[in-house]
Amino acid sequence: MTSQKMICQGLSCERGGRRVLSDVSFELDGGAALLIKGPNGVGKSSLLRTLAGLVSASAGTIALEGGREDCRLGEQSHYFGHLDALKPALSTIENLRFWQEFYEPHSLPNGTGAIFPDLEAALEAVGIGHTTDLPSGYLSAGQRRRLSFARLLSVPRPVWLLDEPTSALDAASEERMLGFMEQHMQMGGMVIAATHLPLSLANVGELNLSAVQGPAGGSDATAEDTQAGMDDWFYD
Amino acid sequence: MTLYDLANPTFFLKLVRRVLPWLIGACVLVSAIGLYMAFFSAPEDYQQGNTVRIMFVHVPSAWLALFCYGMMSVSSIGSLVWKHPLADVSAKAAAPIGATFTFLALFTGAVWGKPMWGTWWVWDARLTSMLVLFIMYLGIIALWKTFDDPAKAAPKIAVLTLVGSLNLPIIKFSVDWWNTLHQPASVFRTDGPSIATSILVPLLVMALAFTLLFVAMHLSAMRNEIFRRRIRSMRVRVAAKAPAAAAGRVVGAAGVAGGN
Amino acid sequence: MTGSMTNTRDAAHWARALFIREFRLGVRVGGGALIGVLFFLAVVTVFPFGVGPDMKMLARIGAAVLWIGALLATLLGLDRLFQADREDGSLDLLVMSGRSLELVVLIKCAAHWCATGLPLVLAAPVLSLFMNLEPVAMGAVTLTLLVGTPALTLFGAVGAGVTVALRRGGVLLSILVIPLCIPVLIFGVSASTAAVSDFAPFKAPLLFLCAISVLAVVVGPVAAAAALRNAGD
Repeated sequence: MTSQKMICQGLSCERGGRRVLSDVSFELDGGAALLIKGPNGVGKSSLLRTLAGLVSASAGTIALEGGREDCRLGEQSHYFGHLDALKPALSTIENLRFWQEFYEPHSLPNGTGAIFPDLEAALEAVGIGHTTDLPSGYLSAGQRRRLSFARLLSVPRPVWLLDEPTSALDAASEERMLGFMEQHMQMGGMVIAATHLPLSLANVGELNLSAVQGPAGGSDATAEDTQAGMDDWFYD
Repeated sequence: MTLYDLANPTFFLKLVRRVLPWLIGACVLVSAIGLYMAFFSAPEDYQQGNTVRIMFVHVPSAWLALFCYGMMSVSSIGSLVWKHPLADVSAKAAAPIGATFTFLALFTGAVWGKPMWGTWWVWDARLTSMLVLFIMYLGIIALWKTFDDPAKAAPKIAVLTLVGSLNLPIIKFSVDWWNTLHQPASVFRTDGPSIATSILVPLLVMALAFTLLFVAMHLSAMRNEIFRRRIRSMRVRVAAKAPAAAAGRVVGAAGVAGGN
Repeated sequence: MTGSMTNTRDAAHWARALFIREFRLGVRVGGGALIGVLFFLAVVTVFPFGVGPDMKMLARIGAAVLWIGALLATLLGLDRLFQADREDGSLDLLVMSGRSLELVVLIKCAAHWCATGLPLVLAAPVLSLFMNLEPVAMGAVTLTLLVGTPALTLFGAVGAGVTVALRRGGVLLSILVIPLCIPVLIFGVSASTAAVSDFAPFKAPLLFLCAISVLAVVVGPVAAAAALRNAGD
């Protein structure tokens, strides 16, 4: 199998006692990107966290065709969220090396590995090569963000889940990051990004999350759904 | 998933409404019988006199304190394995009741201890185990109170409750060991199979009365907790006044097939 | 066959990486090992002020004082065990990595113990001089602490997993964990005092202590992982 396909069907989830996603479906081919759009609080982050397996879906299926069958999607994905997952007490390269050694690499369908398997090269590529041995606590917010992004470059994983990837980045860094996304897609990888900025990528689709009527308001069909969440159970 | 259908809250509340009056009635009746037997038909102890009658409250309280932890553990398995909200509610509702019974056991133990040992508290093995259990109950209650969202709290507290139930026998064993090491003569040696029928029967009746009391209180506490969560759920919905959920629709593009 | 061998080698590889990272953080962050030992010293020092400097009595309660000091010092740093990872987003990545979360917890505990528990054990002989312990009792306390403190860390990990999402979970964690640690304390102190007494058995409580530690190695990571697994949302 030389290409992969992500299929997500009827995904629903709830957080904090509130249904934030209901019946989200999409398909995404290898080498393509999907931008998740929508107003604030509509569930963009929740969708990414659900795909990553950090939030359990109350209904629906997620599958990566052509991927490892014994692994969930989240285990074959990089999740790049609001938090940088960096330890200020560790040096820049120690931070990056840990994730490279800890993460199981999942090479892309055509067999290519990481974009920058060499850590120093990865740091150089995101423009913080001069900070290698500095504690990452000395880095600026933008530099920390780039160091965190270097994790995606040093461990191969076919799916990138990016939550507001360009926040705290200047125009040049944003440009560079877009370049890496393009590169990842050319290697057959997939990118799913939640953003309200236009990301100028080729081969990109949009998933517009829009608010729909929740289970409140006496919609019996949802309330009687056996998959209904805890809150529906009490609301009844 | 069948559990969801079997025990939905409306059904449960209906059940509680129907069962509760009978339970309370039975509890009052059995308590009356038990108390009568405890005070009038059971003989005085030739050594302890009338103080021995404290036992008819003390021992059932201690039993119920343990029984209630067992109930909480079973509920915790329910909320971890089947993730059923009713199990969460049951575990949460049981904690304060269990703590109360444990307190009652400790309190009656102290009252009993004063005339017997001349002091309110001795580090007797059983009392000490009860004290540890009391702290565990209070910790669990405090934990329930600290979480904002009961749905998030439930699985975590279930884990803690189960670890506690694994530990309880070890705690009991270690406290017994510790106790025999430091004071070989235990005071509670009168019980066991040699207990006289005239004492045993009222004790069992009182234990039944306490169990009925527990079931009645547990069911009403569960009912209250369901109401509480309904209020919470309504408030969350009000806060999220804007339609709550999002549905995804793909706007077609290269490489992306449209979903339904 | 080769598959399982590469799996084992792979597991050793990431486990080593995690251990090194956790150990480094344990030593570097927040005063590291030193702060626990200092607290231990402070607790042990405060006892003679409370009970008086009678050397005979101090020798009698010394083992207990050291054990209580070690218990409190162990509880001290536990609230950050998973909370720090949760706050900076590492916990999300650890949970979704596909690595066994139980093993991750076990390794984190091992590293945490090496960075904070082991120094307490090493400090125990020195502190037991303050408590006027005989050399035999000194050895016994150190040995029981060596065997018992891992159990404290592992039971503590359950509390840390349960309270990971709570902003001020530290005190609550101690309240939850102390009852679980009572058997460890009882057998630890029993064995320590028995070493210098002709009447009490030494081997039995020591073996019970070992048994509890072994149990904690199983129960702690499984329970803590179960508590952490849905910490993300």
